[in-house]
Amino acid sequence: MTAREGVAVLQRAARWLAAGAGAALLGLLVIPVAAVCFDLTPAQLWAGLRAPVAAQALALSLISTGVTLAVLLLAGTPLAYWLGTREFRGKRVVETLVELPVAVPPAVVGVGLLLAFGRNGPLGRALEARDVTLAFTLAAVVLAELVVAAPHYVRAAQQSFAAVDPRLRLVARSLGASPAVAFRRVTLPLALRGLVTGAALAWARALGEFGATLVFAGNMPGRTQTMPLAVYTAMESDLSAALALSALLAAVGFTVLVVAKALAARGMPHA
Amino acid sequence: MSRARALGRAVRRGLLAVVLAPLLVGCAAATARRGDEVIVFAAASLTEAFNDLAPVFSRAHGGARVTFNFAGSQQLRLQLAQGARADVFVSADEPNMDAAVRAGLVEAPVPVARNRLVLVVPRDNPAGVAGLGDLTGKLRLVMGVRDVPFGRYAHAVLRRAEAAYGPGFARRVLANVVSEEPTVKQALAKVALGEADAAFCYRTDVTAAVAPRVRVLEIPEAFDVAATYPAAVVRDAPHPDLARAWLAFLRSPEARDVLRRHGFETE
Repeated sequence: MTAREGVAVLQRAARWLAAGAGAALLGLLVIPVAAVCFDLTPAQLWAGLRAPVAAQALALSLISTGVTLAVLLLAGTPLAYWLGTREFRGKRVVETLVELPVAVPPAVVGVGLLLAFGRNGPLGRALEARDVTLAFTLAAVVLAELVVAAPHYVRAAQQSFAAVDPRLRLVARSLGASPAVAFRRVTLPLALRGLVTGAALAWARALGEFGATLVFAGNMPGRTQTMPLAVYTAMESDLSAALALSALLAAVGFTVLVVAKALAARGMPHA
Repeated sequence: MSRARALGRAVRRGLLAVVLAPLLVGCAAATARRGDEVIVFAAASLTEAFNDLAPVFSRAHGGARVTFNFAGSQQLRLQLAQGARADVFVSADEPNMDAAVRAGLVEAPVPVARNRLVLVVPRDNPAGVAGLGDLTGKLRLVMGVRDVPFGRYAHAVLRRAEAAYGPGFARRVLANVVSEEPTVKQALAKVALGEADAAFCYRTDVTAAVAPRVRVLEIPEAFDVAATYPAAVVRDAPHPDLARAWLAFLRSPEARDVLRRHGFETE
């Protein structure tokens, strides 16, 4: 075998190795979810889903994540735009602060929220004085989901805005467009795909949020028990019910993500 | 090949080694450690007491290592059912142990300790709770999930208390529940932080670390429930001799002293 043939063999082997590793990782991601979904018979699945706790938990999850997403889009988009298009001193610090919740265990986030907004916390006491309670309410669920999901959206949105060629906006402005129109007609459509992907990821993270919710919002069926909490609670009594809820959660998450990606692809501006 | 290219290749190979090395070390560490060891799956409420007992057992058994897995009894039973490696299972209640026996996971269990429920309130007692009867007032009560031992026991206490406080007492109290915690430590933490006005927990949970932040209210004997902790050797245990030794040790006077010091009751 010549040196060239030897190198070609090695290169092919390396490609197979890389493909194998990638496939293995993908399998690792898929197998646990698939195992949950296919462990039950359809009858058991249906029985687990008919329990009132399932409908309550699903409703709470959808409502809370919906509110979380709305807040994220309203408040997170300006922040991401600012970070994506401006340079300033301390920008790296702000970026790190935005990413911080990802590095902190969710339970710690929950404790932090409780210490800050609980009735004994500095902000909580001010709220209690106005008869506003946050802990153990749906508002607490939204706050917890917001903290853990925000980094995913803001970072993705920031990168999307940063990827838009600033000259395009300049051209729009020079042609007479106001900043708002330039944003709406030029920047936004170009950044849209990244924004939607980031929003979908953030929503999915909020949907699966467990640790912070459990500590800050508590676990009350019908009031604060989201799907992940319902799954964890159900595991204490009826594993089949827990698995059914898990399968439902996976199905809902998967469906919404797929739909979001399809919408994002359709919303691409025509070149 | 130019020197720059050779250097580049050397750097890439070095990086590859750096990336792969943790993988190899991790694999080596993940394989079972040989040597004398006993793996104990125990209910979370036994954490402090068992951590104190481990060195004593270790010294008496040639330095054997005691490895603990503390979690809710149901969770432990679930792990055992799915084939987790363990030598001893100590549950916080009999139903979980009975279920483990029926599933053929463990040998015959023996009781090793008892625990009683108490009512805890934050040190400054914001809701002014002096006893069970005050639980119907306007306050934030944290209970356990109904199917975990301490949740079940608390519900039993409330039902029994209806003998003194009248029918509907339990329902009125339960209307004040703001959260059903999956573990007793979490319920206690909310009281310690002052976010909940009251919670039920085991007497043993009020450790030295927590005591300064809470006040303990006794539950009248007539209503209180005694949680029994059965322990059993796991079938196909990797270290059966040490497993039986641990069980015998738990029933020894020395171990019982330690358990009582932590607030458990023993024979």
